Amino acid sequence: MLRHIFRRLLLAIPTLLVVVTIIFLVVRVIPGNPAVAALGEYASQDAVNKLEQQLGLDKPKWVQYVDYMNALAHGDLGKSMINRRPAIDQIKFVLPYTLELTAAAILIALILGIPTGVLTAVKRNTWVDYTGRVFSLAGLSAPSFYVGLLFIYFFAARLGWFPAIGAGDFHHLGKNLQTLVLPAITLGLIETAYIARMTRSVMLGVLSEDYVRTARAKGLAERIVLSQHAIRAALIPIVSLVGIFTISLIGNSVLVETVFARPGLGKLMVGAANQRDYTMLQAVMVVYALIIIVINIVVDIIYTVVDPRVRYD
Amino acid sequence: MAGTANPTAASFEAGAHDNGGASEIKLVSQRQRAWRTFRSNRTAVIGLGMVVAIVLVGVFAPLIAPYAPNEQSTINRLAQPSASHWLGRDDYGRDILSRVIYGTRVALLVGILSVLLGGVFGTAIGVIAGYFRGKLDTVLMRLVDILLSFPDLITGLLVMAVLGAGLPKLIIAIALTITPRFARIAYGPTLAIKEKEFVEAAKALGQNNRRILTRHILPNVSGELIVLASLWTASAIRLEASLSFIGLGVKPPTATWGQMIRDGVTYLTDHPWFSLAPGIALLITVFAFNLVGDGLRDVLDPRSRS
Repeated sequence: MLRHIFRRLLLAIPTLLVVVTIIFLVVRVIPGNPAVAALGEYASQDAVNKLEQQLGLDKPKWVQYVDYMNALAHGDLGKSMINRRPAIDQIKFVLPYTLELTAAAILIALILGIPTGVLTAVKRNTWVDYTGRVFSLAGLSAPSFYVGLLFIYFFAARLGWFPAIGAGDFHHLGKNLQTLVLPAITLGLIETAYIARMTRSVMLGVLSEDYVRTARAKGLAERIVLSQHAIRAALIPIVSLVGIFTISLIGNSVLVETVFARPGLGKLMVGAANQRDYTMLQAVMVVYALIIIVINIVVDIIYTVVDPRVRYD
Repeated sequence: MAGTANPTAASFEAGAHDNGGASEIKLVSQRQRAWRTFRSNRTAVIGLGMVVAIVLVGVFAPLIAPYAPNEQSTINRLAQPSASHWLGRDDYGRDILSRVIYGTRVALLVGILSVLLGGVFGTAIGVIAGYFRGKLDTVLMRLVDILLSFPDLITGLLVMAVLGAGLPKLIIAIALTITPRFARIAYGPTLAIKEKEFVEAAKALGQNNRRILTRHILPNVSGELIVLASLWTASAIRLEASLSFIGLGVKPPTATWGQMIRDGVTYLTDHPWFSLAPGIALLITVFAFNLVGDGLRDVLDPRSRS
């Protein structure tokens, strides 16, 4: 097991190198000149030259690449082109907010999504299934920022139950949690739709398996058949789908943070994109890449733990 | 799209797997069965009806919309809904209903074109990688997997931030998120089909790779891709709105739902329709494409054929 984890970590290194290189290429090479983009098309040549020099953009591309990789290896993500502060400091500041939001959303999605999926599969082609499916398809169709907006309108603007935007810092836990409720429910409900659909289709497959029929044939109560035989078996493929689910969650968290004006990695990225702060954009992308790679490794490891049939050594 | 590609796939399959004369009859019955399965799925038919209606709204927008989408009236800015302006006016005094109607055009244009573009490139990548194998395969599919592991929104956002706003760039950015999905789906079946006897036979007859790819491999992988195309059109439309909402979409003043929702956020309390109306249009459109895609998938999925 340990050997497998170690090997998996080693394998992630080339992937990370490729991803980081792609990010570098997209941001630095394809569009031409980030300095011009940051300063605007009408900036004077002097100003452009000066910024280029500061950012090292006047050096040959491959030197820039070596510098960039070297800095990354030392944990240096560069400085923001707009406020000149180290990108890593800002990322460290916002990261807990994003983690808090995604953790809460995952919790909501699992608690609501798995039972909904199981229920719609068991009650297949009844009104329960029908309603559940329409709702989960609606959840998949609804852009997360729009759901967030509806929540802001009804629960913040109209009813005044929760603050509409912003986030409380971690020293004031009450305020912090109060501002977490609406964004977490928004993100959680969207992801509930994903999980419910995945669970339903996996459960349908499991319910048609021979061992479920055998369990029923030997007279086991339906409750036991479901809890002891079907759901247990269904959980294995569901775990392998968690990776896909988390990717959609990260994408949606960007929008939810934006609509709720909540500090976070996504909001930082959107801000950087709108201000054409390329170093910041690049830094956030690298952090996202790292997070995604780690998630994939974790899912892989969980998978080997829950499914005894998978053996890697 | 489905209308032109499906018959080739079906006729080829029939011709390849069956002997001579019987293929004609089987071809018709297969298609009829597919259509019957689709038709028996009530929600899918409703979805198809909705998609047709939405396309008509987009095409005939100038006839349906009561006002021109960019007709401003600063005196009447943020006017509340009235008999002449059912959803009120926006912050430039433009008719919100007309802009929602015109917004259909950008949504459909971006949704359909980006899926077409991504579909052509992605399928080509998947089929070529699967057919030729070797180093090319390893490199292409590794890149595909890396692209797939990133959320669409983040890929799209990065590309738009680098390219800048604009309709063609938006289509390219979204197509880039669609490409790896098509490549992944086209890849697997290609690996299986290239080992089939009829491909061997075509090779033995001296057909070149290009002909084998276009005449034998492609028609056999296209079925599932067409189904997924409608699901991915839904996600392309949603991605367009998301990027516009972030401020990285089509340049103003073009009416797009995402941009309208973004502009309306400031006035949410007093002028809720400004944001809510384009959002409803967006929701209905994405929902309709998803319904059709779900229905089509059921047609292909043997488990649901009972």
